[in-house]
Amino acid sequence: MRREGSPWTGLWAVVMKELADHLSSVRMQLLEGLIFLTALGSTYGAVRQLKASVAEDPYLYLKLFTTAQDPLPSFVAFLGFFLPLAAIALGFDSINGEHNRHTLSRVLSQPIYRDALLLGKFLAGMFTLGVSLLALWLLVTGMGLLVLGVVPGIEEVARGLLFLLTAWAYAGIWLALAIALSVIFRQTATSALAAIAVWLFFAIFWDMVVQVISAAAVPTYSGSPSETLAHLRLSLFLSRLSPNTLFAEIVLALLNPAVRSLGPIFITQLEGAVLGTPLPVGQSLLLAWPQFTGLVAGLLLLFAGSYVLFQRQEVRA
Amino acid sequence: MTTVIETQDLTKHYGPVVAVEGLNLTLSRGEVFGLLGPNGSGKTTTILMLLGLTDPTSGTVRVLGHDPSRNPLQVKRRVGYLPDSVGFYDELTAQENLRYTARLNGFPRGETEGRIAEVLTRVGLSKVLDRRTGAFSRGMRQRLGLAEVLLKRPEIAILDEPTAGLDPEAAMEFLALIRELRTQDITVLLSSHLLHQVQAVCDRVGLFREGKMVLEGTFESLADRVLGGAYRIRVEVLRPDGVEPILRGIPGVRNLVEERPGSFTLEAQADCRAEVARRVVGKGADLVNLTLERPSLDEVYTRYFQEVGREA
Repeated sequence: MRREGSPWTGLWAVVMKELADHLSSVRMQLLEGLIFLTALGSTYGAVRQLKASVAEDPYLYLKLFTTAQDPLPSFVAFLGFFLPLAAIALGFDSINGEHNRHTLSRVLSQPIYRDALLLGKFLAGMFTLGVSLLALWLLVTGMGLLVLGVVPGIEEVARGLLFLLTAWAYAGIWLALAIALSVIFRQTATSALAAIAVWLFFAIFWDMVVQVISAAAVPTYSGSPSETLAHLRLSLFLSRLSPNTLFAEIVLALLNPAVRSLGPIFITQLEGAVLGTPLPVGQSLLLAWPQFTGLVAGLLLLFAGSYVLFQRQEVRA
Repeated sequence: MTTVIETQDLTKHYGPVVAVEGLNLTLSRGEVFGLLGPNGSGKTTTILMLLGLTDPTSGTVRVLGHDPSRNPLQVKRRVGYLPDSVGFYDELTAQENLRYTARLNGFPRGETEGRIAEVLTRVGLSKVLDRRTGAFSRGMRQRLGLAEVLLKRPEIAILDEPTAGLDPEAAMEFLALIRELRTQDITVLLSSHLLHQVQAVCDRVGLFREGKMVLEGTFESLADRVLGGAYRIRVEVLRPDGVEPILRGIPGVRNLVEERPGSFTLEAQADCRAEVARRVVGKGADLVNLTLERPSLDEVYTRYFQEVGREA
């Protein structure tokens, strides 16, 4: 049966309302404070490290993101850890929160489709994350300019922007997951815990699981090259199912122009390559393109899933 | 009279559970209709189908000439809905909550503030428009819900259990607000299990039982059908010997019960008190009490469910 009228009626009303909620919520302010502080810390660490070493690196600006100084991890590592948390905090109660406050049936009795409500909430979350990320990125860039006194080239800025986009998509995947869980579970505490469980699983346990599975499926008894290669390929495939791996690989390719491969590579393939020379942005992007597509595809899949579930859900509690 | 809501053989199943079965309901413009029935008898499901918030399993619905599952936006633009136990965004003020509703409805920006002030005044919340709804009492929430319904300037207002959980005074005030809607030619569909309140405002009622509308009509016709007669006359007589056959002989009397010696209850089709008095006095008995008892909807309801229970 075809519905009449645009499914996006009222979308902007929902986006604006949710955006206002997010930006003024204590929850978001706390998280932003936390992220900003850690970002400042890690950038400070990176700057000190970079100043101490001989400044011969042509990509000093990019090093700002990736350099770590004990005990602080690099800025990128921080983002990989905290972005999921921020996204989950924004999304875990989007739908079941409306149920619990008895506002869902009231809002849906207004002339809008459910599509607008769900998409509006997702877009508002994405905007919020985008704004925070942009602010963070500008902050780090500005600090780098001030302290290091090195102006980044166009190439470096382009890499930085692509990195920003990647981080945004990575956060989006967790937002979509949190929203999907908020559709599935009726209790906000349950959906929050479920989302955090998934995050912990991928952040901590997935690597171990990958080791165990690939060791069991393709054991390397003889140590022959073909066996080792098969083992490596399987574990690489499995670990790429995790958004964390995808994010890390894209970041690696984008922020280290010298990186030429994200997987095993044969010596024959390196014939004629001048090792250590940087790739242009386009080539680096091409290298990470499958990972980037995977990240965006995961985001779309999760959102589509929650969309289907939400359309079929009964409104009444 | 134009028909604004019409359902034909409307049926809704939730898996094996039948929520609504074969519902035929017609509402004309400007009437106040009461959906009655115990909890879980299909009232809310019916309302959700009228709004297109849930799809019927079979049957058709027309609301203001539109099919709510095909064209819900048109329906929801013109129908206001106050859900059972309505909730608001606690961290927003009354005014901000309504502003969100106004935006969802796409009202012109210039009009919004005026409309909000107007409806808040009408439901008596203009003094607390800047207060967060988290601090609102149940009665205030209900009134804010009604304000939201009115904000749309609806042609139909659907109110689900609007007075449940209100104290008697708040309930009376709320009913007065509902009665006011009628003067503006707004059709009202009201669901409730608080019968005396329904009786106080509704033109017509429908009685729900296990998903079916088992009785429907004006209150008088229901009383007539269920209680056997709409008029109950209580007669008390001193020295009642021989009075009973006389009372039975009065035209229009359907039933007679002698509760105590000398105390009778008549069920009649018409108000025949004058005839009772004439005959009793004519017989030489002393008439000490003669009152007409209006049966209440509670009685109709209780009696009906008792009878159904006995049959089952």
